[in-house]
Amino acid sequence: MKVLVPVKRVVDYNVKVRVKSDGTGVDIANVKMSMNPFDEIAVEEAVRLKEKGVATEIIAVSCGVTQCQETLRTAMAIGADRAILVETDVDLQPLAVAKILRALVDKEKPGLVILGKQAIDDDCNQTGQMLAALAGLPQGTFASKVEVADGKVLVTREVDGGSETLRLTLPAVLTTDLRLNEPRYVTLPNIMKAKKKPLEVLKPADLGVDVAPRIKTLKVGEPPKRSAGIKVPDVATLVAKLKNEAKVI
Amino acid sequence: MTALVIAEHDNTSIRGATLNTVTAAAACGGEVHVLVAGHNAGAAAQAAAQIAGVAKVLHAEAAGFEHGLAEPVAAQVVALAGSYSHLVFPATASGKNIAPRVAALLDVAQVSDVTKVLAPDTFERPIYAGGAIATVQSLDATKVLTVRTTGFDPAAASGGSVAVESVTTAADPGLSSFAGSEIAKNDRPELTAAKVIVSGGRAMGSSEKFNGVLTPLADRLGAALGASRAAVDAGYAPNDWQVGQTGKIVAPQLYIAAGISGAIQHLAGMKDSKVIVAINKDPEAPIFSVADYGLEADLFSAIPELVQALG
Repeated sequence: MKVLVPVKRVVDYNVKVRVKSDGTGVDIANVKMSMNPFDEIAVEEAVRLKEKGVATEIIAVSCGVTQCQETLRTAMAIGADRAILVETDVDLQPLAVAKILRALVDKEKPGLVILGKQAIDDDCNQTGQMLAALAGLPQGTFASKVEVADGKVLVTREVDGGSETLRLTLPAVLTTDLRLNEPRYVTLPNIMKAKKKPLEVLKPADLGVDVAPRIKTLKVGEPPKRSAGIKVPDVATLVAKLKNEAKVI
Repeated sequence: MTALVIAEHDNTSIRGATLNTVTAAAACGGEVHVLVAGHNAGAAAQAAAQIAGVAKVLHAEAAGFEHGLAEPVAAQVVALAGSYSHLVFPATASGKNIAPRVAALLDVAQVSDVTKVLAPDTFERPIYAGGAIATVQSLDATKVLTVRTTGFDPAAASGGSVAVESVTTAADPGLSSFAGSEIAKNDRPELTAAKVIVSGGRAMGSSEKFNGVLTPLADRLGAALGASRAAVDAGYAPNDWQVGQTGKIVAPQLYIAAGISGAIQHLAGMKDSKVIVAINKDPEAPIFSVADYGLEADLFSAIPELVQALG
């Protein structure tokens, strides 16, 4: 069974982004970029499925600018076998990415597609579900445990109040939550090996996909600032403030 | 122009997040209808009919809707979508799961985590863990939205009285089935609806200390318990207690952060709280930069003292 793992290049999670003064977006020039952390978990899960003998080949996919090749090399250093970059300078929105991935699902026919549940830049949490809809596949989102057996996949999902387990027919689309696994560290020999793995570059037009944006960003602004309050010397003062000043207890 | 709110419910009652979603849908400018897709969900549909400001309740009944699986529920919403300008979901685990499936089936984009409705097609939403606020305009005929409950007041759960209309059930695509769940039962308020939240971080040190120290305070205040990602990853607290960018977004009247340093990912989940109290040993902890009241102290002595002072 092939496993397709889409990965996104995003601003590193340690970077505190700055809003551009002209209100057109956030400043990502000269900012450290990394693989979306949830996508790293997705690659790790695919590699573990291969180590268990469930998956036979892992294909990493990224959609976006040329530099996404770096993200794909990282995925291959973790253990993906080959990679596909669907290259475009257009600012891709989740629906467009889902359409690209759907075309690749038709072409590669994977048994599972494993994606991160959300990207930490636009925080949309849409692409996996959209891909599942377009490809007519079941979805197991926010997965914390995945077991493949008897032509089905059993997915434990993080939901409000606890967890639930679903049984999905294969092929299926899964999205990862934080506790699915802890991605391994990438070693230097694996980075070297990844450089030699095949990386194919396509354009959205090669797949017949229209990637025009459907949502227009009118403005990007600073969030309302919350100013620091006061430090209280002891518990008694804290209780007095909460009772008399804030009136919340 | 009419908005359809997809109710979150347990087949007998309506979940709180639905009420905030009704307010957001009303802000889109037209009538508000509510869909209750469930199994033996007559009581939930009746409850929806009481919500103030709702003009009509649609009730779709099928065994496949019992656990709110994305595939059959999305098919049902798509079957009804032609009559609506807006399809509005709460940005809960359930809403986030189903809404994008609906949007893609309709070939429209989705606006996630709406915090403000500026016009029927223009919305505000946070990006980069709340580090920036984007104003976005949907160019599609049908707007599919998920809304942050913290951005909208809840509609009154009673006062309305409208008819419940049964609708034809859409065919279940039959791709998924429910195999079980583990939902923790407790008497505490729901995290996202709680007026007071007591939250613990990595400094709690262990699951025993987390519960031993924070539970008495939460009991005394009638509070929900929350946690930072560090505390959840360390196994001190269950997954669904996580407050932050990729966990729960909360905005209680009072948020008490104990032993939480305050990473931006955590602040993203709680900085809209009315009053924030931070208790931390480290005077440099970033949590103090958003706290209304900061107490520099060892939480293992300060919290029991606080419980005692509250009487």
